[in-house]
Amino acid sequence: MTDLSSHYLGFVLRTPLVASSSPLTGSLDGLRRLEDAGVAAVVLPSLFEEQLTGDSLAVHNALEAGAGVFAEALDYLPDLERYEVGPDSYLERIAAAKRSLRIPVIASLNGATLGGWVEHARLIEQAGADALELNLYQVAADPTHDAATVEAREIELVETVRAGIEIPLAIKLSPFYTAFGHFARRAVGVGAQGLVLFNRFYQPDIDLDALEVTPNLVLSRSEEVRLPLRWVAMLRRRVTASLAATSGVHTTEDVLKLLFAGADATMLASALLERGPQRIGELERALDAWLTQREYESVEQMKGSVSQAAVADPEAYERAQYLRTLRSWSSPRRH
Amino acid sequence: MAPSIACVDGNEAAARIAYRLAEVVPIYPITPASPMGEWADAWSAKGQPNLWGTVPEVIEMQSEAGAAGVLHGAVQRGALATSFTSSQGLLLMLPNLFKIAGELSPLVLHVAARTVATHALSIFGDHSDVMAARTTGFAMLCASSVQEAHDFALIAHAATLRARVPFLHFFDGFRTSHEVNRIELLDDADLGALIDESAILAHRARRLTPDAPVLRGSAQNPDVFFQAREGCNPFYAAVPAIVTECFASLAARTGRHYGLADYVGAPDAERVIVLMGSGAGAAAECVDALVARGERVGLVVLRLFRPFPASALLAAIPPGARAIAVLDRTKEPGALGEPLYQDVVTAFAESERAMPRIVGGRYGLGSKEFTPAMAKGVFDALGAAAPRNHFTVGIVDDVTHTSLPWPRDFSTEGEGVRALFFGLGSDGTVGAAKSTVSIIASETPLFAQGYFVYDSKKSGAITISHVRFGPRPIRSTYQIERAEFVSVHRFDLLGRIDVAGRAAAGARLLLNSPHPADTVWEHLPRDVQEQVLARNLEVWVIDADRVARDVGMGHHINTVMQPCFFALSGVLPRDRALAAIRRSIEKTYTKRGPAVVSRNLAAVDRALSELHPVAIPAAARSQITRRTFVPDTAPEFVQRVTARLLEGQGDLLPVSALPPDGTFPTATARYEKRAIAQEIPAWDPALCIDCGKCAVVCPHAAIRMKVYPAADAAGAPDGFLSKPFRSRELPDHALTIQVAPDDCTGCGVCVEICPAKSKREVKHKAIDMVPVADRRERERASFAFFLAIPQLDPTLLDPGTIKNAQTREPLFEFSGACAGCGETPYLKLLSQLFGDHLVIANATGCSSIYGGNLPTTPWTTNAAGRGPAWANSLFEDDAEFGFGMRIAFERQVDEARRLLRALAPRVGTVLAHETLGESGHDDAAIARQRVRVAELKRRLDALDDPDARRLASLADDLVRKSVWVVGGDGWAYDIGSPGLDHVLASGRDVNVLVLDTQVYSNTGGQASKATPRGAVAKFAASGKSSPRKDLGLLASAYGNVYVAQVALGGDDAQTQKALREADAWHGPSLVIAYSTCIAHGIDMRQSMAHQRDAVRSGFWPLWRYHPGSDPHQHPFQLDSHAPQLPLRAFAETEARFAMLLRSDPARADELLALAQADADERWRHYTQLAGLERSVIEAPAKPDPEGTS
Repeated sequence: MTDLSSHYLGFVLRTPLVASSSPLTGSLDGLRRLEDAGVAAVVLPSLFEEQLTGDSLAVHNALEAGAGVFAEALDYLPDLERYEVGPDSYLERIAAAKRSLRIPVIASLNGATLGGWVEHARLIEQAGADALELNLYQVAADPTHDAATVEAREIELVETVRAGIEIPLAIKLSPFYTAFGHFARRAVGVGAQGLVLFNRFYQPDIDLDALEVTPNLVLSRSEEVRLPLRWVAMLRRRVTASLAATSGVHTTEDVLKLLFAGADATMLASALLERGPQRIGELERALDAWLTQREYESVEQMKGSVSQAAVADPEAYERAQYLRTLRSWSSPRRH
Repeated sequence: MAPSIACVDGNEAAARIAYRLAEVVPIYPITPASPMGEWADAWSAKGQPNLWGTVPEVIEMQSEAGAAGVLHGAVQRGALATSFTSSQGLLLMLPNLFKIAGELSPLVLHVAARTVATHALSIFGDHSDVMAARTTGFAMLCASSVQEAHDFALIAHAATLRARVPFLHFFDGFRTSHEVNRIELLDDADLGALIDESAILAHRARRLTPDAPVLRGSAQNPDVFFQAREGCNPFYAAVPAIVTECFASLAARTGRHYGLADYVGAPDAERVIVLMGSGAGAAAECVDALVARGERVGLVVLRLFRPFPASALLAAIPPGARAIAVLDRTKEPGALGEPLYQDVVTAFAESERAMPRIVGGRYGLGSKEFTPAMAKGVFDALGAAAPRNHFTVGIVDDVTHTSLPWPRDFSTEGEGVRALFFGLGSDGTVGAAKSTVSIIASETPLFAQGYFVYDSKKSGAITISHVRFGPRPIRSTYQIERAEFVSVHRFDLLGRIDVAGRAAAGARLLLNSPHPADTVWEHLPRDVQEQVLARNLEVWVIDADRVARDVGMGHHINTVMQPCFFALSGVLPRDRALAAIRRSIEKTYTKRGPAVVSRNLAAVDRALSELHPVAIPAAARSQITRRTFVPDTAPEFVQRVTARLLEGQGDLLPVSALPPDGTFPTATARYEKRAIAQEIPAWDPALCIDCGKCAVVCPHAAIRMKVYPAADAAGAPDGFLSKPFRSRELPDHALTIQVAPDDCTGCGVCVEICPAKSKREVKHKAIDMVPVADRRERERASFAFFLAIPQLDPTLLDPGTIKNAQTREPLFEFSGACAGCGETPYLKLLSQLFGDHLVIANATGCSSIYGGNLPTTPWTTNAAGRGPAWANSLFEDDAEFGFGMRIAFERQVDEARRLLRALAPRVGTVLAHETLGESGHDDAAIARQRVRVAELKRRLDALDDPDARRLASLADDLVRKSVWVVGGDGWAYDIGSPGLDHVLASGRDVNVLVLDTQVYSNTGGQASKATPRGAVAKFAASGKSSPRKDLGLLASAYGNVYVAQVALGGDDAQTQKALREADAWHGPSLVIAYSTCIAHGIDMRQSMAHQRDAVRSGFWPLWRYHPGSDPHQHPFQLDSHAPQLPLRAFAETEARFAMLLRSDPARADELLALAQADADERWRHYTQLAGLERSVIEAPAKPDPEGTS
């Protein structure tokens, strides 16, 4: 038996296997099943400020459509007692999760305005979340905004939210920064205690019949683990924050590689959606077996042992071009 | 303890009491009483208890007749029952009202009194409905203000229990039911003090129970009926005293004193008016003003009308009264006088008192204004030596000269402030005005009143909010003529109606203007400039649309304009006003979410900094003039009458101007030219694929397709577009898709359906929406040219395809239905397919309103002067109404054929034979027959023979006619269901089109039996728990009824095929057309996409049941594919479902799961039906008295 526990955001997780936000973590039933299956922590689906705003306006517009126009029909829909268009139902889900789970409950937030980010972060904290993950990714669609402006806005956001709450704060990022490492350091510098690498998001598609753009999200595959693998490995020992890897974590091998690279937590979503919560148990047993067979004492022992700072060929993590790959193929491996 | 103050309208004022004092509340929607039922349903849905702690059962019935039956049953069981109704609804209840009263059952019916339809329907107020109920034996108590509607509701409930006589509590529809006023609320202690618990127990003790069985509802014979009927007399005799005691109890608790008949005026009055209802407010103001001048006049306001309190009435009239005018808000043609007049005369005649001169007059029918000036006109008339009797006041009667003149400049408007707000569409103006009244009433010691005048259109409609506030209670029950504050919420209204003319001298005029303060003057029409200068108006501007847009509130400018009103009116210190508006926003919008609250608050914050005064130049030099309405080329009636209505001058038309029997010309909507669209479609012929989809879906016939010989385009104005028509049948023809720029509502449905996308840029389609401003003139010229191109001979193209059918002229155009209406495309298609031989019986509802609400009608004619003939009878009888037309037509055809056979030797046997032998149904056959009939009429003209005259009068009926019965689901599924069933069972050739919006759309979205499971609707506020009735399947059970379930956006070709098959089927036909509606809570621009998804999800499968005589045929044909979309995916896109998902997710989940099961099971059932063989057993041949055919 290897000690599988891992430190993440100040928590001691019983294993590094965390459920990232997905429909499974969106229901209390799903959360219980995950906990029963042995998951170490859960990340709830994001509270999307934009969604709340959209819902709120949708209700308003539905009630106001055609209102006060015609003598016989001063409105067209009954005004109901309540609408779940504010953060209340999300906050209640946090509270309910906290009431019924023993593992850490990490809430997730995607804001739209600075005020909205901070206000909702506070409410999430008050609702009892153990930690908050800021879902920072937005497409920098306006070509007149330069990278520095975009980054400065995000850094300000992290700093402001950090100042507004007490619970641990992680940020979930996209890889699309000119100098990702630099940005990550800055974020940690202003208070991010964890980096979650990386966000997978809706991508546009084109419906060839209708010639319409149809954004959607497809489930990840194992190959995608390479991207977080690189950046976890390169940031390990370079930033003081916890590192979580997400995107493409499906197999024991994926988990092992990420841990070797230096991840404190490996987050799963697609794997759990495809194979159910019991996948957690399978991975845990396989992880234990693999590490035990190789006589590792603990996950903490092996974590980051193949990070960039820990390998003899740190450049291997930086290789990005075929040319270099070719050259390395022609050279004998150094051992 | 000080009483609670509330700002409510008369409906809410009455409903609050009725609900608290009821156990069983059967309801049915009818304007203007619907809100009372809606309040009760909403309170019940959220579990609000009555006075005794139980939640009343509020249950929607299929009609008012059904509601009355429930009332009757409930009181038989000793329950406390109440209901709400109006007009035709009250009339449908009458049989039960006689029974309920005859059995001495306590009950209160609250009535927002509304005109009964006669020569026309009117949704507005008068007493013709309650007067029709005066023989039922119900006691009748009349409230004349919002406070009284509240107080008298309690009096009625208290008195009925003690008297055992049921009460009809009424107040004037709209004037009281919809007026918002500051009232003092009665609390539970007041209710408890007046309600006699022992009377409740006695009522309960009389209930029908097998534990102490009795029998009620016996049939009595001549030996005893009469005596037994007289047994109720003591109960009626006791009513006036009981009501008086209840009034006294109320006065003791509230300080509000009422009598059976109350007098105001000079104690020594010589001239007295007697009336009931809201007119009392205006008349009392007049009396006060005249008494202040020393005139000896007075007013008696009657409260209790049945049992008639003769002694109280006589006691109220000062002894010196020598001339009395009794004003009735109803008309009884042929009577010696109207009811109140007759009763007052009788009261005097039966008394010892000397008979003064008593005259009767009518006023205020159909909510005609009744003002202090009109009351003065009556007093003036009473001053004559021989006052005119049986007069009218408020109109000019130049036919029988009944009308009294009245001094137009007499006004009693004094202290206090008057404000008028002109809004357009659902811009929030009415809501803001209501909020303003509420803020003034709650934040200041002032009294406030709001009254709201609406348009006859549902799209691009103008609203006028009348707001008064002042230091004394406001009883001005008439509209504001001149206001100290006039607010115009859409700049182009200045060019449409005379808003500045409503401003008092020195008034403030606030404009929502896209033009800033320094340039707005030059954009004002000349007459506005002149009035600003002449009356020294102070003008302020704000670009409220921009502010609303900037804060993310779209076109809702209410919270931008409201602070401006407060800032400029000074009714409250600015800071207090802003704080009050903010509180009001938080109170109103908090449950809609923080975004709505914060954006509205932002609007308030921005408003005042954007509000600017306009420096007024010395002279009016504008070249802009207010729009004229009707061209000189319009028909005489349109110029003389319709034009006045369009200008808002209908009140000035005399009796002679209007048809006495309600018969109006069609083809008038084309003169309205409302120009309400901000964007209109632009056509790109290079992309167009001639499919006709834009034209078929256009709800307003504002985008049209015409095919014509290419040479006809010669002389086209610049900008007129055309392209070669892709057709093997008509190779040398051109096609034009043309927009009617002043008739388009800008709904965008055409653009969404257009399948032709540019190969270079997919957002560019063959139809795009473009700003109207750049194209209006060009498209006006093009549309005029387009209309002048001769219509293609319909026999040249087989109408079997959408493309071909859309080349036909729509004979239904430019209706005032909601922009994007889902119903109107079906009617337009009907008119294109059968319009020149179409007779329509139209049930009351949306389609009768946009079809027949003055000033204009969308039903129109072709170049030959033919087009749909249209009539509306009632809500409940449409199938029977159309059936009557059909059988009358058939008898007339029989008679015409008999005469033709008889006259054959004289008109020519070949012509007669051919005419009698024509059996074709298609356009070519109709055209052939028309030629023959024209020739026949020519030959008949030459005959001097009575039979020839008779045949000439019927000859046109030898040409095929289609009778279509049209109505909504409220009619077809609910109130008209028995009639529809009977007509379908008749086997006769009647066609029925149900425009199925799945709710009562016209009255604001109440649930019908067509409402699907899981949808919220009014009267189903917690989501409808039962599935919708499958009307089509029920009808198909007859076997010989053609049935189709269609959705234009699901499959337009199937829709068109179904309409044609239904028309051609020689028996009854029923086409149920899925009609998207604003009440679904959807973006109406996406109307057709919702229809498509309704079909794809199996929510609305498309099918036809085509009966036939082949024993091996499969009459049930499924026309849509198996469901490809989860029902929930469809439901989540419509607010009627989505709101429940947000309000009560658990219940929504449960109901949607059941709705999915409904859809699955329906599909399974239908697929089995599709495999069944069935044939029609042909009816026996009709007996032919002449033995020939």
